[in-house]
Amino acid sequence: MTEEVVIRAQGLTKRYGATVAVDHIDLDVSAGEIVGILGPNGSGKTTTILMLLGLTEPSEGRAEVAGFDPLRDPLEVKRRVGYLPDSVGFYDGLSARDNLAYTGRLAGLSRREIDERFAEALTRVGLPDVGRDRVATFSRGMRQRLGLAEVLMKRPSIAILDEPTATLDPHSTQEFLGMIRGLKADGTAVLLSSHHLDQVQSVCDRVALFNRGRIALSGSVTELAHRVLGGGYVIDVEARGAEVRNQLLAIPGVVRVQGLGPELYRVDCARDLRPEIARQLAPSFDLLGIRFAEPSLNEVYTRYFDEARHAA
Amino acid sequence: MRRRGSPFTGVGVVLAKEAADYLSGARMWVLEALVFLTAIAAAYAAILSIRASIGESPFLFLRLLTMAQDPLPSFIALLGFLIPLVAIAIGFDAINGEFGRRTLSRILAQPIYRDALLLGKFLAGLLALTIGLLSLWLLTIGLGLLFLGLAPNTEEMVRMAGFLIATIAYGGVWLAVAFLFSVVFRAPATAALTALGVWLLFSLFWSVVTPLMATLIAGPPEGIFGPNLAYLHTAQTLDRISPNTLYAEIALALLQPATRALGPVLYSQVQGALLGAPLPATQSFLLVWPQLTGLVAAMIVIFAIAYVVFQRQEIRA
Repeated sequence: MTEEVVIRAQGLTKRYGATVAVDHIDLDVSAGEIVGILGPNGSGKTTTILMLLGLTEPSEGRAEVAGFDPLRDPLEVKRRVGYLPDSVGFYDGLSARDNLAYTGRLAGLSRREIDERFAEALTRVGLPDVGRDRVATFSRGMRQRLGLAEVLMKRPSIAILDEPTATLDPHSTQEFLGMIRGLKADGTAVLLSSHHLDQVQSVCDRVALFNRGRIALSGSVTELAHRVLGGGYVIDVEARGAEVRNQLLAIPGVVRVQGLGPELYRVDCARDLRPEIARQLAPSFDLLGIRFAEPSLNEVYTRYFDEARHAA
Repeated sequence: MRRRGSPFTGVGVVLAKEAADYLSGARMWVLEALVFLTAIAAAYAAILSIRASIGESPFLFLRLLTMAQDPLPSFIALLGFLIPLVAIAIGFDAINGEFGRRTLSRILAQPIYRDALLLGKFLAGLLALTIGLLSLWLLTIGLGLLFLGLAPNTEEMVRMAGFLIATIAYGGVWLAVAFLFSVVFRAPATAALTALGVWLLFSLFWSVVTPLMATLIAGPPEGIFGPNLAYLHTAQTLDRISPNTLYAEIALALLQPATRALGPVLYSQVQGALLGAPLPATQSFLLVWPQLTGLVAAMIVIFAIAYVVFQRQEIRA
């Protein structure tokens, strides 16, 4: 079955004078998929989002969002896309309901639809009782949740979330990530921009790594790890004894060994080397455990940018 | 590439929300109270003076607006001074306030063009101004009815309605100025101060600047054979760059029906004229038509500049 592509960017470019903010990027996002966009500040993530929303005009290339060209049909695109900007702002003097009713009316919802969807959205983001409260009394976390409620009210086919957890405490962050997974369960495609790599890894199906306006890498975390870390498999080994690291490095196929603790080692390797590792270590060391480890996006990110810096 | 969809989608929603905000906001209440109190005081002081001279003029209601009674200036002088302040107070943070609250990208992510946001906000400001001025207009007529014991005649009502429209257009010019600066400057304080600076220039210093500029352009005010007509025309043209001058001329011609010309008049032009006799309202309207259209045109041009600047701006905060 072919997956329906809801966001497609081809050669999308944005220049500000001589500065190239986004440089010929290609990006596809399918329905029901969560794609993370990562990269340092100024790497072109937000500009890409604004171009996809039709809020800024591309200098070159084209995009298609929910079947429409954001440059030619921005209203159709915006009817189908929910957008949560970083540090979302509201009219402090108005209640939560009045704030969302305003954007609901702008989105073309009827009064009845607003009433129904507002209550439902607020319950879903864990703020069922604050509808009449003025937003001025809300914490940052509550504002972010209210922003997500606004996205939910629109019932979009695509949600674009720009650093949604940047100002949240750890507990709220976990709850927020659960809500993002809920969007996926609804069949909504999610484009998530974030600097929190562990969060991106925990919710995203695929990741696009931005560097200087280009998409340097894209794919699943495992695919990225394979390309950047040089090994398709990451195995955690728990063993007691001296020289464990050197013994591991001596096994053919091992690319890298990293010490994570006094008795814990992370092994990057080109194939599944668990039997070889067991055979090598078992005679001479206390082998306490051996298992696959999920490659860390943080590690991929750090290694990629270290190498990019060295190359520059 | 041509965009699809109406640029006016959502104008009504923005207008309704912004008008409600303007009309219920504390800032607007304070300013409206200031205008109401001073204008009503001026009108009341004029009533006391008019009561002593009932029967001397067929246009008593118009004198209500034009007569000054120490220490208060006339009703129209007060409006000319205070309306720009109200308009600037409404508009100085219209757009930069959205940037500051970080609401702009959220609002523009809804299915509307930025055209609709700017136009909706401007129309809402104009509506708030109109509601305030209309209330003041009705209140003044009510005061006149109550204290003079006379009803305004049709001619007076027509002239006063024309004056109300001119006042709204005058407020619209200053609202457009405030909107322009709210688009140009990201800091609301800078926008407010700049708009107030322009207002001060035209309301206080322009009358000082224009004679100097006219002298530079057309020579001294007095020639060998009498007044230098070129100087007078240049000074008047420069004067009319100021919306305050245009508004003052409209007020003069509409509220003082005996006014037959706005500018230098040659002796040959007044031969045969019944000086002091009132003009019909239609003639007075013809006299101020350029000034009235000038105010409306200034409002549209300044708003159009704000519109173009806003269209070219990047939305990200």
